[in-house]
Amino acid sequence: MRNIFLFIWKNYFFFLFLALQIFCFVLIINNNRFQKAAFLNSTNDFFRNIIQKVDNVYAYFSLADVNKKLAEENALLRSKTLEAYNIYGVKSFIINDTVYKHSFRYIDAKVINNSVNRRKNYITLNKGSRSGIRKDMGVIDSDGVVGIITDVSPNFAVAISVLNIDTKISTKFKNNNHMGSLSWKGTNYRTAKLEDIPLHVVFNLGDTIITSGYSSIFPEGVMVGCVKEFSYDPSESFYNIDVELSVDFNKLSYVYVVDNLMKTEKLLLENQNQNQN
Amino acid sequence: MIIIRHIIRFIILIALQVFILNKVQFSGYINPYLYILFIILLPFETPKWLLLILGFLLGLTVDFFVQTPGMHASASLFMAFIRPFVIASVSSKREYEQGIQPVIQDLGLNWFLTYASILTVAHHTLLFLIEAFHFNEFFITIGRVLISSIFTLLLIVITQYLFYKPKRNIVTGKI
Repeated sequence: MRNIFLFIWKNYFFFLFLALQIFCFVLIINNNRFQKAAFLNSTNDFFRNIIQKVDNVYAYFSLADVNKKLAEENALLRSKTLEAYNIYGVKSFIINDTVYKHSFRYIDAKVINNSVNRRKNYITLNKGSRSGIRKDMGVIDSDGVVGIITDVSPNFAVAISVLNIDTKISTKFKNNNHMGSLSWKGTNYRTAKLEDIPLHVVFNLGDTIITSGYSSIFPEGVMVGCVKEFSYDPSESFYNIDVELSVDFNKLSYVYVVDNLMKTEKLLLENQNQNQN
Repeated sequence: MIIIRHIIRFIILIALQVFILNKVQFSGYINPYLYILFIILLPFETPKWLLLILGFLLGLTVDFFVQTPGMHASASLFMAFIRPFVIASVSSKREYEQGIQPVIQDLGLNWFLTYASILTVAHHTLLFLIEAFHFNEFFITIGRVLISSIFTLLLIVITQYLFYKPKRNIVTGKI
């Protein structure tokens, strides 16, 4: 016994270190739940990890086979889901506007493909010519103007989005009826430019911009957006106006396709008039 | 007088560590731990038991601030424990002269860098291993140890040059 004390006394430096280090580890283990759990597993984990690493290397050799199997299984499962079937129920309703003698038919549709990050964005809808959708119909949703139908197949329709550098929409100010055309410049998907507003027009930030109804694609008065910023160059005769779009194209899901029932009659008359001149 | 200087250094280093260096996130990998400079700069004549106690207290104080009981204490205790062995193995001609301090100005950059880097790497290795507490991400941990050690050493050398004036008379030089 005396020899043990002597031994400890001689090597007090080491034993003091040991005692303090043990104290430290007691503190660590008692005060940290994560380390507490890890401490119990760590010895096993070390070996388990080596085995698993070796196993992981072997797994690479069979990756091609596994991938192929998974792809086949995915295709099988996908063809069994509800989305694989098209629903043909057509809900449409007619608005008879007795003042303007225009009648519009609205066809509801679901957006099944959409993008906002390209310069030319298109929207695909889950209804086509069978549901009465034709080329050059307008697309709107509860917030405002979405786009114009460009291509139609029996079950699908593709619309050119407002977020497309080729789109031009005839719009006007809600409060003073000054007309301008709205186009998107391909940068921020929340803002578009309003052009052709001459410098004498008086308007304010936040003024509402609606469709003009002159193009016979959209009914008059559909919300487009509001003025976010404007500036002008004295050497030019038009304002440079940024419009914040009312539709958030990033979360588009259900839309209405607008069918202008008077469109043919109107176009026919207009053409006739032109031919006469 | 010397003791008071060491106490002040203790307080300043911990404050610097806890209130500045721990708040600055250089990136996920880089955490310099400058507070270990206190142990590096303790005089050669410090009794061994005092060395251990001081290392333990230093780490424990940091632990109380960082809310990681035992982690820093264990690492800096280990560092204090190996310090005498490191000093013995990194030999220098002037090592045992009276009044010599373990600083760049007394023993040269070469000696100091070797001495400080061994202690820093030892401290950081233990600290990061305890922090990770398993060997799963062993190489990531080693990477963190190396990068953080380099930054700690850089800070240590910078503070050395900032706070110690070169001395003409080495023999009578005091901290």
